[in-house]
Amino acid sequence: MKIIVSGEVKEVKDNLTIAELIELEKVETPQYVSVSVNDEFAKSENFATDKLHEGDVVEFLYFMGGGSNGIF
Amino acid sequence: MIKISEEDYQKIVAHAISQLPNEACGLIAGEKVGEDKYIKKVYLLTNIDQSNEHFSLDAKEQLAAIKDMRSQGLAPLGNWHSHPETPSRPSEEDIRLAYDKNASYLILSLMEEGKPVLNSFHVENETANKEELVIEA
Repeated sequence: MKIIVSGEVKEVKDNLTIAELIELEKVETPQYVSVSVNDEFAKSENFATDKLHEGDVVEFLYFMGGGSNGIF
Repeated sequence: MIKISEEDYQKIVAHAISQLPNEACGLIAGEKVGEDKYIKKVYLLTNIDQSNEHFSLDAKEQLAAIKDMRSQGLAPLGNWHSHPETPSRPSEEDIRLAYDKNASYLILSLMEEGKPVLNSFHVENETANKEELVIEA
């Protein structure tokens, strides 16, 4: 099936899970990545079971944060 | 080297001041030419932590910004945030949470009233190095 990952069309196997896609895409530090599918954010606890479907639009978003506490 | 226009710089400063006493944050996008980065657009996002010591980007706004960048042919270049009361250099937390070694991390200090200071950093292997930042008139 075809899905769109970060704006690019990708051919992947049917019933691919989000966790499998993360592995396939070699996403670095996946523990800090949010995944949206068709503009809805998937819950990380469901990554291993949530299946993707033909035409799904997937985005990986790195958590971005910090703070001024602890300036060296 | 990373270059930002005076207009975009002032946009960041104005937004950061409007968010005091809290930290303000956002994204930067533009073009990469070799090792150099040219900021073409700054995004002013919500700090969902609403704190003067921490920031986290709103994920929905982040997603919208990424889509906007793509639609305009811009590359994501990194992010920016303000330090309302401390210098323009990364904190331990900033370094720990800087996951993208390709990103530029801009930090705006507002600790001295009327004298904002903006610096850019590259963070890799938990080490922050200052990048040459040019504010173009």
